Amino acid sequence: MDRLPLAGLNEGDQGKVTSIIAGGQATKRLYEMGFNTGAKIKVIKNDRGPIIVTLGSNKIALGRGLAEKMLVSKE
Amino acid sequence: MANTIALVGNPNSGKTTLFNALTGSNQHVGNWPGVTVEKKEGQFRFQDQVYNLVDLPGTYSLGAFSEDEIIARDYILQGHPDVVINVVDATNIERNLYLTTQLLEMGAKVVVALNMVDEAESQQMEFDLDALSKRLGGVQVIPTVASRRRGLDKLMEATVTEINAPLRNGATSISYGPELDVKLATLTELLSIGDLRYPGTWLALKILEGDDSAQKIVLNDQVLRGSEELGAFLKEVAAHKSELELEIVDGRYRFVKEVTSGTVLRPTEAVRTKTDCIDRVVTHKYLGLPIFALIMLGVFQLTFVIGEDLLGELFANGVEYLSLLVAGGLEALGSPDWLLSFVSEGIFGGLGAVIEFIPLIVMLYLLMGLLEDSGYMARAAYVMDNTMRALGLQGKTFISMIVGFGCNVPGVMATRTLESRKDRMIATLINPFMSCGAKLPIYLVFIAAFFPSYGGLVLFVVYTLGILIALLMAKIFSETLFKGETSHFIMELPPYRLPTLANVIRNMWDNVSGFLTRAGTTIFMVVSLLWILAVLPLGVEAYGPESILGRIGVFISPLFKPAGFGNWQAAVGLFSGIAAKEAVVATLGMVYAGVEEGVELVNAIRGAFTPLSAASFMVMTLLYTPCVATISTIKKETNSWKWAVFAAGYTFSVGWLMAVLVFQVGTFLGFS
Ligand SMILES: Nc1nc2c(ncn2[C@@H]2O[C@H](COP(=O)(O)OP(=O)(O)O)[C@@H](O)[C@H]2O)c(=O)[nH]1
Repeated sequence: MDRLPLAGLNEGDQGKVTSIIAGGQATKRLYEMGFNTGAKIKVIKNDRGPIIVTLGSNKIALGRGLAEKMLVSKE
Repeated sequence: MANTIALVGNPNSGKTTLFNALTGSNQHVGNWPGVTVEKKEGQFRFQDQVYNLVDLPGTYSLGAFSEDEIIARDYILQGHPDVVINVVDATNIERNLYLTTQLLEMGAKVVVALNMVDEAESQQMEFDLDALSKRLGGVQVIPTVASRRRGLDKLMEATVTEINAPLRNGATSISYGPELDVKLATLTELLSIGDLRYPGTWLALKILEGDDSAQKIVLNDQVLRGSEELGAFLKEVAAHKSELELEIVDGRYRFVKEVTSGTVLRPTEAVRTKTDCIDRVVTHKYLGLPIFALIMLGVFQLTFVIGEDLLGELFANGVEYLSLLVAGGLEALGSPDWLLSFVSEGIFGGLGAVIEFIPLIVMLYLLMGLLEDSGYMARAAYVMDNTMRALGLQGKTFISMIVGFGCNVPGVMATRTLESRKDRMIATLINPFMSCGAKLPIYLVFIAAFFPSYGGLVLFVVYTLGILIALLMAKIFSETLFKGETSHFIMELPPYRLPTLANVIRNMWDNVSGFLTRAGTTIFMVVSLLWILAVLPLGVEAYGPESILGRIGVFISPLFKPAGFGNWQAAVGLFSGIAAKEAVVATLGMVYAGVEEGVELVNAIRGAFTPLSAASFMVMTLLYTPCVATISTIKKETNSWKWAVFAAGYTFSVGWLMAVLVFQVGTFLGFS
């Protein structure tokens, strides 16, 4: 089980959020949108620009900067 | 007195749809006091009772993250609605219930509208409504399909029951973990000696969550400020701020999980094949941007073909007929000449020219509304993020720019969804370059005069130029006036949905009626004033260069000589455009020989301009100083006259420079 930044995942990869270190406001916002510890995500798109992930039945685009700061354990 | 119901919910939960379905046409839009966030209110009747419905801004949470959130939560706590209807997207129930949890923490009376159950069904989700309700502490959960008006009666029955029910006093207790629960109890106890207008437990929770505004409320209290014990406690809290706040969020999600486990069943993986298929194309690495450009081109082309070619003529004939009818009537009544001149030249010549463009504006808003309601706009922001990032902004800023296409006033207001000051300031300052709906008629007149067969293309070029200049200025601003880190991009991409006709039409009507109101007030006043300026001093030829208006034009027109339209009429047109962009065509209509119908104006324009000077004039109109309404909105939003004046001034310089550039380069290349 590796922990790596979300931005390092490939399309189709799945994982669980382990921690976010993006500074107060952004971290809380992500938490409130459901990216809290243990949340299951799947990378839909990671080529250029923001990364698209699914979180539950939700589709969310995250800027690359943020995706570097979200650590995920790949499954 | 009528009972008041507040509507809250996540973005994209169907809140607007429900609001429209309940209130129908009986609604009005205003502002929340002190801020420019839109406040929608409406009335409706149910079982012979009248109810007020207040639409609160769509939010994910009720913290202090944005102005929207603060407005929503302050209204719930202090506006004293009799009940809150919480719109919950059934397909997304876990995240949506996070907000519900916060409503329960506030001790508000809540009814949950479990919306989009049709989609949930097609995803084979199942709900045990009774159990859900029980676990939410007795909150009624009513399934609805707002877009097809299903379940509304049941929802209202439940709402009425809840209004008449006694207040629940913290009946639902949520545990945030043993340690936090103790802290919460201690703090609540400490706060109980103060005289606060907020529920104590809620305030305590908010303070633990690191909410500055909650802390301020407490410290404003005379008694509490003096409490040493409280002071020490707050210091302790501040030291563990980030852990505490995340623990509380976790606690809420744990509660949501307890509520949904066993009561919400979904097949292992949510299937959204349709949305995924479309997204694969429209968010494609290379295709995304060209597709966005094509969609916008299509919007303008359709606006043009249907609004102008098909319906424009019909409207123009109608206006002419009306004008003749009224003039005939006035003549029969023996009205004085000046009144006849005012009505037929001032009113119908000026205002009529504006009215003729209604079909166009209707079309533009309908199409934009379709894009918005279908869910595409979020993709546009996504696709634009790369480009915007290169300019030091983030993709969401582009949405305020698109809103600006309709009108710069809501465009500037839309910047408040941006969290960083840098993004907001830049997005505000560049918004005037987004060509608003009121400028459309100006281009159309010039297109009809010089480029009749390339209407859609010319429009597309004009709008694109506006975007490019806006982006260029954004880059310049982000490297000079507003340095700093580019903010993060977080954007939900809602599933594509068939747009609800009622929403699209409602949205169009809000905008068009705004336009009509302006036409009836501001533009009417401007047109009347200009008419007075055009006929004074007495004895001169009306609308001639000797009139006051003419002299103003003659005085400022040399400034525009290098841009190729140094005639006084054009100068007068631009001058009136600062009052309202709608007045430009109206004024041009007046100064070019008391025009009563479109064709004459077009002919007059053809005589006064060349294709090249028409192009430079269009560029000037596109870019120069925005209308007074926009300038005053910029003042309100930035809270500074300095920025408002700056916005007015720099846009003029940019417009003038570009117009001159177009004309001079064009001349050099041999165009005329
Ligand atoms: N299938 C379905 N679509 C809905 C329902 N309610 C709203 N919609 C659609 O969902 C989208 C978002 O709705 P809207 O009211 O704009 O959401 P808001 O952001 O919460 O105001 C629109 O395209 C609506 O037409 C519903 O109950 N079922």
